Amino acid sequence: MGGQKIPLSFLPLGRKGRVKELISDGIVRRRMLDLGLINDTEIEALQKSPSGDPVAYFVRGAVIALRSEEASKIIVELS
Amino acid sequence: MGLTSNSTGIGAYDKELRIERINEDDKVIALAGNPNVGKSTIFNSLTGLNQHTGNWPGKTVTNAQGRYRYKDRNFILIDIPGTYSLMANSVEEEIARDFILFGNPDGTIIVTDATLLERNLNLVLQTLEITESVVVCVNLLDEAKRKKIHVDIDKLSKLLGVPVAGTSANIGEGMEQLMDSVYKLTDGSIKTAPFKVRYDDPVEKAVSLLEPAVGDVLCWKLNSRWVSLKLLDGDINILDSLKKYLGFDLLSNDDIVERLNEAKEILYSEGITGDNFRDRIVSAIYKECETISKQVVKFEKEKYDMTDRKIDRILTSKKYGIPVMILLLGFILWLTITGANYPSEFLASILFRIEEALNEFFISQNTPSWLRGLFVTGIYRTLAWVVSVMLPPMAIFFPLFTLLEDLGYLPRVAFNLDNFFKKACCHGKQALTMCMGFGCNAAGVVGCRIIDSPRERLIAIITNNFIPCNGRFPTLTAIITMFFAGFLTGPSKSIVSTMILTMVILLGIAMTLLISKLLSKTILKGLPSSFTLELPPYRKPQIGKIIVRSIFDRTIFVLGRAVAVAAPAGLIIWVMANVEVNGLSLLSHFSGFLDPFARLIGLDGVILMAFILGFPANEIVVPIIIMSYLSTGGLMEFENLAELRELLVSKGWSWLTAICFMIFTLIHFPCGTTCWTIKKETGSWKWTAVSILIPTITGTVICFIVASIARLLGVA
Repeated sequence: MGGQKIPLSFLPLGRKGRVKELISDGIVRRRMLDLGLINDTEIEALQKSPSGDPVAYFVRGAVIALRSEEASKIIVELS
Repeated sequence: MGLTSNSTGIGAYDKELRIERINEDDKVIALAGNPNVGKSTIFNSLTGLNQHTGNWPGKTVTNAQGRYRYKDRNFILIDIPGTYSLMANSVEEEIARDFILFGNPDGTIIVTDATLLERNLNLVLQTLEITESVVVCVNLLDEAKRKKIHVDIDKLSKLLGVPVAGTSANIGEGMEQLMDSVYKLTDGSIKTAPFKVRYDDPVEKAVSLLEPAVGDVLCWKLNSRWVSLKLLDGDINILDSLKKYLGFDLLSNDDIVERLNEAKEILYSEGITGDNFRDRIVSAIYKECETISKQVVKFEKEKYDMTDRKIDRILTSKKYGIPVMILLLGFILWLTITGANYPSEFLASILFRIEEALNEFFISQNTPSWLRGLFVTGIYRTLAWVVSVMLPPMAIFFPLFTLLEDLGYLPRVAFNLDNFFKKACCHGKQALTMCMGFGCNAAGVVGCRIIDSPRERLIAIITNNFIPCNGRFPTLTAIITMFFAGFLTGPSKSIVSTMILTMVILLGIAMTLLISKLLSKTILKGLPSSFTLELPPYRKPQIGKIIVRSIFDRTIFVLGRAVAVAAPAGLIIWVMANVEVNGLSLLSHFSGFLDPFARLIGLDGVILMAFILGFPANEIVVPIIIMSYLSTGGLMEFENLAELRELLVSKGWSWLTAICFMIFTLIHFPCGTTCWTIKKETGSWKWTAVSILIPTITGTVICFIVASIARLLGVA
């Protein structure tokens, strides 16, 4: 499956991917950039919340929770 | 849930900061950093008791200041909000950026998390672009050590070109070195040579074209390279701030505009426009963070955060996440109820013995009976009730709640509940401001600043009052114990009480969500905005400090406020009960006037009057009820809840009255302080009125429905 490009919201738990593209713009995009989600950043899906959304991701040493709306606008390459 | 005079008093709202220098050469130091890096611990550790602060960990909602002395000099420390960057995406980031940029501090300490250095460096490098006067503090070294993460402090200092101090503020390590670095930085004995990020060629070319013109206009007062970058970025927010600060618009200068257009041409010809420019800037900064971090940080263990992940897998799991949360809430309430019982009775018996002594003293001095009544039955008794009913539960609840905050559990609550908030079309962080409301609704309302979308912030502010604050749930506890668990004995009594109280709070949460959703569909229409929520590592709390902080900072403060309100209220009630017009006391007139309406919603005139007179602070509602009943009937002595129950029943209370009273306690207009805070925070009378009307109407309607159904069914 390596190399396949998918939205972050489809990244299975426990799998890692690399950020390839941010589809969002404006303030959402800036916030993602502030968290360090730049090109080639490694990101891992850790844990779903009880209702399945949001999902906690591991980025640059921190655990960040994103709602599916935001995660679907981040394209990652499965690694 | 900051509950000190600063966050619930006037200080909380002043966006503009007055810095009080004692001496001319006092140095002003800004304390910046990412959220959750222990910035507050550093602040507390440096300033000790010389501060006016009160904040919710990780979220300094207002600029707090404190002072400390090192060697021969005073330092004024300004705690600015925790932010990820200075690109100002929220009110907090704006406050942080504007203070560093325009506040003219003599130095800035940037607190970073040793376990998360790479991301934290982003803020460091951005700050270094603005100011040269920086000390970097690498905090949480003890935590890093436990996780087998090693940070080379000296090398970091060399690479960044500014002093770096390694600290473990929670155990007080490294503070001396931090203070020393700040001292030397501000007296000029350390010269810094800050690391500057170099951007791609086209960006650098554009900047070097624009910078001289900008520098000329700014008289080199602000960092012209940074301002040039912002001009190229076209960041409207910073341009507005600059305009306010400078008193003129940079873009009204022809030279700047001309060069800016030329510089944009250069970028355009390279295909760099809009978002792309910002992406390049941020990417370049992060690339440098990676490079620096690789040189100074060594991870000896690959899976250093396994424990946290394991805990999260239980506390936020599908199966256990929400049940554990409710059990935890129940457990805290149970401890509070059970634990508060004995000290409460003990306090009551002492305070009422003092009342007898006071009475005897007044009689022996031949003081007129009205004076004795005014002081003893009026002021003293109300005070005694507030203290004996309120103090024990607060003294137990506050430390327990602070413990949960310090452990890092609250963000998990937000994580667990987020989907409910999303469905109600509001912000995920509303769960956090809701939690803050448990302490004090006014603090919860101030806390809503962490929500940056104005629509969602308003919803969070309006609905904060549906969470019973510390002034209200001792009242709830007392009623539950009297009417619903009084007939039980032993452990089942406290368990039933806890279950009922937990249900009341869950009702409050349900109302929060329901009203939020209604608001989102009507007067505050809109879709949920984006947000990100960091789940920080679990941290070992410092029990000693928690107890000290929650008792002194919170319990005493909240109680003090209640007492301050209770004394005059007691006086007014006594006067109202004893001044007669047409053969009836003013109190009877007032309560009699309210009575027909109050009966409709399952209460009585006295109760409704107590809520109205209790507007300054909810803590005094029960004392007012007692006072009113006692003054209209024969005076009786009582020292515990069982006797109070008899009094209430003799005045016509049934289980239905108790239920409606609890519902109305949970859902009615916010207290005076909260209303005032809402006005300050929203800047609008309209929204303050909405915040008062919505809960009042909701509570009245629910009480009416409950009372009517019960009466129709003939069960009450």
